[in-house]
Amino acid sequence: MKPPPFEYFCPTALNEAVELLAAHENSKVLAGGQSLMAMLNLRYLFPDVLVDINRIDELAGIAVASGAARIGAMTRQRVIETNGEIARVAPIFREALKLVGHRQTRNRGTIGGSLCHLDPAAELATLALLHDAVVEIAGRDGTRRRLGIHDFIAGFMMPNIEAHEIVVAIEVPLWSAGHGYAFHEFARRHGDFAIASAACLLEKDGDGAISRLSIALGGIGSIPQRLPAAEEFLLGKRGEPGDLASALEFCAGLELIGDFHGSAEYRLSVVRSMLRKSLELALARAGRRDA
Amino acid sequence: MNRLVGKSVPRLEDPALLVGKGRYVDDIHLSDMLHCTFVRSTMAHAAITGFDAEFARSMQGVHAVLTASDLAPMLMSKRMPLSAAPSKEENSSTPFVLQDREVSYVGEPVALVIADSRAEAEDAAAAVQVEYEPLPAVVDARKAYEPGAEVVRSELNSNLLNKLHVGYGEVDEAFAGAAHVFADDIWQHRGCGHSIETRGVVVESRFDGSELCIWSSTQMPHDLFYMLVAMLDMDENRLRVITPDVGGGFGPKYCIYPEEIAIPAAARLLNRNLKWIEDRREYFMSAVQERDQYWTLEIAVDADARILGLRGRLVHDQGAYAPKAVNLPYNSATAMTGPYIVPAYGMDVLIVHTNKVPVSSVRGAGYPQAAFAMERMMDLIAVRMDLDRAEVRRRNLIPPEKMPYVKQLKARSGAAMIYDSGDYIASQAETLAAAGWEDFPARQKAALAEGRYIGIGLANAVKGTGRGPFESGTVRVSQNGKVSVFTGATAMGQGLATALAQICAEELSVAAEDVTVIAGDTAVTPLGLGGFASRQLVTAGSSVHLAAKSVAAKAIKAASRLMEVDEDALKLEEGRVWIRDGNRSLGLGELAQVLRGAPGFAFPADLEPGLSTSIQWKTDALTYANACHIAEVEVDIDLGEVTVARYVAFHDSGRLINPMIVEGQVVGGIAHGIGNALFEFMGYDETAQPVTTTFQEYLLVTATELPNFETIYRETPSGLNPIGAKGIGEAGTIPAAAAVVSAVENALSPFRIRISQTPILPERLFNLIQAARATT
Amino acid sequence: MKIHQIEMEVNGRTRSGEAVARTTLADFLRHTLHLTGTHVGCEHGVCGACTVLVDGVSTRGCLMLAVQANGARVETVEGLASAEGVLHPLQQAFRDQHGLQCGFCTPGMLITLKELLAENPDPTEDEVRDAISGNICRCTGYQSIVAAALKAAKELRRSGSAP
Repeated sequence: MKPPPFEYFCPTALNEAVELLAAHENSKVLAGGQSLMAMLNLRYLFPDVLVDINRIDELAGIAVASGAARIGAMTRQRVIETNGEIARVAPIFREALKLVGHRQTRNRGTIGGSLCHLDPAAELATLALLHDAVVEIAGRDGTRRRLGIHDFIAGFMMPNIEAHEIVVAIEVPLWSAGHGYAFHEFARRHGDFAIASAACLLEKDGDGAISRLSIALGGIGSIPQRLPAAEEFLLGKRGEPGDLASALEFCAGLELIGDFHGSAEYRLSVVRSMLRKSLELALARAGRRDA
Repeated sequence: MNRLVGKSVPRLEDPALLVGKGRYVDDIHLSDMLHCTFVRSTMAHAAITGFDAEFARSMQGVHAVLTASDLAPMLMSKRMPLSAAPSKEENSSTPFVLQDREVSYVGEPVALVIADSRAEAEDAAAAVQVEYEPLPAVVDARKAYEPGAEVVRSELNSNLLNKLHVGYGEVDEAFAGAAHVFADDIWQHRGCGHSIETRGVVVESRFDGSELCIWSSTQMPHDLFYMLVAMLDMDENRLRVITPDVGGGFGPKYCIYPEEIAIPAAARLLNRNLKWIEDRREYFMSAVQERDQYWTLEIAVDADARILGLRGRLVHDQGAYAPKAVNLPYNSATAMTGPYIVPAYGMDVLIVHTNKVPVSSVRGAGYPQAAFAMERMMDLIAVRMDLDRAEVRRRNLIPPEKMPYVKQLKARSGAAMIYDSGDYIASQAETLAAAGWEDFPARQKAALAEGRYIGIGLANAVKGTGRGPFESGTVRVSQNGKVSVFTGATAMGQGLATALAQICAEELSVAAEDVTVIAGDTAVTPLGLGGFASRQLVTAGSSVHLAAKSVAAKAIKAASRLMEVDEDALKLEEGRVWIRDGNRSLGLGELAQVLRGAPGFAFPADLEPGLSTSIQWKTDALTYANACHIAEVEVDIDLGEVTVARYVAFHDSGRLINPMIVEGQVVGGIAHGIGNALFEFMGYDETAQPVTTTFQEYLLVTATELPNFETIYRETPSGLNPIGAKGIGEAGTIPAAAAVVSAVENALSPFRIRISQTPILPERLFNLIQAARATT
Repeated sequence: MKIHQIEMEVNGRTRSGEAVARTTLADFLRHTLHLTGTHVGCEHGVCGACTVLVDGVSTRGCLMLAVQANGARVETVEGLASAEGVLHPLQQAFRDQHGLQCGFCTPGMLITLKELLAENPDPTEDEVRDAISGNICRCTGYQSIVAAALKAAKELRRSGSAP
């Protein structure tokens, strides 16, 4: 299975890359290549031009400051997974990334590539949604725009980005130190796409009641989804088993697709199981200094 | 005498493979070599109403786009023969070399594209325009043989390829007089072989195409050789088939395929060197699979759960063609009674075509299905009669005093099938003890109290191994004293060379590393039958053993003439023939030099030239290995996910030539069986389009899905061959799915779920659990 | 189609060749540089037979273009043994523990394990299984590979060598 023919460019400057994309109608960005190359080898795609952005240095890097982590779009998943600062301020990333593909794919795969591909089960897209992240996008003539993740995710594998635009970075607002977190997913084998995943971030007040909660679920619908009804319900509660059981009921309101990997009813059962585990673990971890 | 047999000698194959110096078919590079791909049918059943390759032929790097009519001048027949023997009659079930009229499965090869590179060949293949007029696609083997069903191929009157009955004893009487009759419908799906190396063919065309040298990643070089001789009408002396290093066979490389005929024919036509390396998508849609079998079964027992009779019907999905004489369903039907006493047995077997990839052997070749069906019925008896599953089996296992046990079933040839040796009851008892079977109920109860569902399962199997009629073995001493072994057996990763080297080296008293084994080269070994059905260690091993013994005897005889002492005064040690209690000796190499002869020098009168012997040890009996497997699982009832927590495997495969290699075969075989139980599913939709065509959809187990396996070996030497061996290549797979599914059902016994299928995928298991919960 | 000139360091030596853009790194290594130890099993990034190290990290050779490796430091199975042919402890351990049968997945396994042991000189069995979960073997059932990895790890710790 060899790829179809294409022209290849490897710019070293961001605006050069944008101009190349603008100049060639049927062009695609080559980032980590872990999704794109497989699709090319399988001849699912026929771009005339590939614009390789791996050599644009400004696109990679992690900077943590003022309550947010700014992660360059070309930062390798493995780098995020093993980064000490991210482990300290946003430990859910490490927990989730261990489940993303395999070490070989994480060595090349990037956060920007994952977000632009927007596979419904993509763990990083789910985490971005969980955090209400902001996506920074470069356009022509050096322009930049910022787009909230809810607006960035336009639909099934459809990022809200023009053909010539390139995602530059993802800004992840950080939760307070010691926040509870958990990521669980069910996949057929280690590293496979999740049939359902559940990510939670949670903070408690001085009395042990839930003061802040974010829930994001992946793999079950066409895009990752938040669960605001459950978030609202649990605010102010202590996360007793009865509370959690009631919270799980809100899962029935999610978009649940049925396909080769599972029916809607099955996905509902799986996501409930994942959410229960994640809520329990996030609650246990919240407030622990050494979580 | 250096004892090598029975030792875990490090493999001779490893040094080259470990440093990346293996020589697989894609590593072969010939000068001016062109690259091939195939245009394959995208429809499951259609008439070809148009074919236009004009643009494709004009594309960059393209040398040819060949169809059936282009190859016809090179071929004696448009369709494959049923076997290596040339068949004068057209057989209406074998595949076509290239299809030009009517396609009957997605993936069927229609045209051969030849270009400077594989990428350019694929570009051109994509540009070939084939017009298809769809015809009805046959998807379900159970419906396909009903009267009035649409046919898979227009040349057929019926999709029923064959119908046969296997049985013995008074079946109706057995059922009429039974205390209990239990019935079940069992669906079994096995899926694909998926060696990590796909298929491939390289052809060197010499002397204007009058001579061909072919490398193929195959288990059957001699089959390929004789089939090419017939199909290309070639002089045997102008054709050579060589098996390179093979990256796994597992059954699919046992068939000879249209591609293996088309490429040599094209090489001859164009007088060019050609290479075709199958890609993984091609493997999914054209390498044989073992797919679906639908079993309808009834078992009759007395009040003590002793089997009185077993009967049923097996519908076997054969796919669009029958590339080989159909063996799998026959194996399944005849092997079903396994190690149990079944006084009366009747199985109707229906072999039915569908518009899917043709079906032939995958590791186990019908035996896993037989074991699964039988073991599911044994569990059914136990559950329904509220008896321990091991006890039910114990009561029905053939006891040691009945060995050798003559089965009431006869082989296809009419010969008796005799379980020659093995103690099935002791085997099971030993396994039960090792697995802690007796303690499990208490553990299960404790787990249930915590809301955890754990289960234990058990399965037994026997496998006839060492199939004859022979496998060739030649042992030859070189001028430098090192030894060569030539065999028609084929290596595919199973350590064949090491085992044969050990056997040879022991008889000749040399180091195993001083033995080179050359397997699967038709120029070197004209006769051979190849690798399948766990046969080669027994057959090639016996031939090599006898040949090495013969060479040892020749060496001693020659030395006795040369040193002028009696043969009794000599011994062979460390590669030299010594006078006992003396220090005169002659090396094997020196003896080989003398026996090479020299003009003008007298040749010892009663010696024959050369220090070598060729033997084809013959057998028409199978020697039966047995196994007992116990699996422990945990089931997550919200997910339907099964985790295999523990696995104990007992094997009696006769004398173990190399225990380390045996262990590898067993563990690898079990991994495949676990895949068949929980992961592997080759799916087709309602139009017979394959829906699992990548490794993202078709799931092979990885290191994180498997436990460590605990293995137990007993060696009951076979009395049927000179080395006391029995085969092991498939025995790990045969009972594995049965053991795992038995454990899953046991884990879910609070829900009283009966599992009558393999694989059992999470969603299906989830649905069974949900349905059971709904009714309680 | 444009022919790209590609130069990379492979197993410590500068190697160069030509390729069109769509040639994968795996195919470039195998057919242009004639380093056939790296194998191709699926061409869609799942089986791991094509795993090589690129700039020190394990990479699926079928999912990377050869042009992308221009100027990179590539390590393949052919570079594991010493120049004198002494096997790397991983290779030796695979031999001792029967960690290979057909040998087709083996180069990818060895490279992946080399990376693991460089990061984690004393892995647990679970960590080894996790590390090789992206390398499919149809022959061994993985148990002997895990045993080989643990044995090699022990040997490397004992000798103090870098993996």
